[in-house]
Amino acid sequence: MRTAVVTFPGSNCDYDVYQAIKSVGGDPTFTWHRDATLDNVDAVVLPGGFSYGDYLRGGAIARMSPIMDQVVEFAEGGGPVLGICNGFQILCEAGLLPGALTRNDTLKFESKDVRIRVENADTIFSRDYGVGQVLRMPIAHAEGNYYADQGTLDSLESGGQVVFRYCDPSGGDDGGWNPNGSARSIAGIRNEAGNILGMMPHPERAVEEVLGSVDGLGVFTSLVRQLSPAVA
Amino acid sequence: MTQHHLEIRIIPRPGLLDPEGKAIHHALDSLGYESVRNVRVGKAIYVDLEAPTSEQAIEEAEAMCRGLLANPVTEDFEIGMVSPATDPGKPS
Repeated sequence: MRTAVVTFPGSNCDYDVYQAIKSVGGDPTFTWHRDATLDNVDAVVLPGGFSYGDYLRGGAIARMSPIMDQVVEFAEGGGPVLGICNGFQILCEAGLLPGALTRNDTLKFESKDVRIRVENADTIFSRDYGVGQVLRMPIAHAEGNYYADQGTLDSLESGGQVVFRYCDPSGGDDGGWNPNGSARSIAGIRNEAGNILGMMPHPERAVEEVLGSVDGLGVFTSLVRQLSPAVA
Repeated sequence: MTQHHLEIRIIPRPGLLDPEGKAIHHALDSLGYESVRNVRVGKAIYVDLEAPTSEQAIEEAEAMCRGLLANPVTEDFEIGMVSPATDPGKPS
């Protein structure tokens, strides 16, 4: 399974994502933001970073990149697309996911490990986890405060589109562990069709013991196993 | 064609959490400005563009706001005309 990792000017997690996919038996390939085609790929990852310096709004300029027309077409055709951190912001800006990522309510750039609870393990990005499983992985963002109107939030909840939620270390709902003030402690959502996932935490930075956690591996094994059941 | 100078104000939706506005409000409080009731922080973008009429210039700027400059989920926008700024590059 070939996965395109899109590099924008200012992406800084592209190599980590590449390495994470490779480590679980996937076949990653770098795609430059100016490329006009996605060559025979089975999945696309928009990695984290600060594309275009976060000018205007995080992800706002990146989604105007030539490659994004292809990503939108690929996603609308049912292709799996994963957006991490800045990638999540780009997916929202491109209208592939509802809502927006706004300034952290702490007003600070938050860089630390958080706990997230798996809310939906029946997605192509989370099937190797169990519902209620608590994962530890880092966040590193200033604009991760997920916002959508109440109607949208309700439909995300009822449609099982909330995939990851910030929680306390035992999986509880103590709002004090929400690092950025996101609505309903949302850390990651999928689209209605289920082929697009956006998340603020960085699973690619939690894939080896030496990094302090391997809890992020499941995102990549889920994806790779989905696309080539023989591997992983 | 006339060149039009537009000021586009991007404003966070009312009711939306504006932590920056809140922090500035607190700071104004500490300065002794207790009369302040609310502070919101937006941004202004200055665009010079050519269009036959000012109405058309504004129409085009509205399309820019909807397409890129404002996020319809979280922001509103207002467009105003400003008088041309002096171009420092031109000898007077």
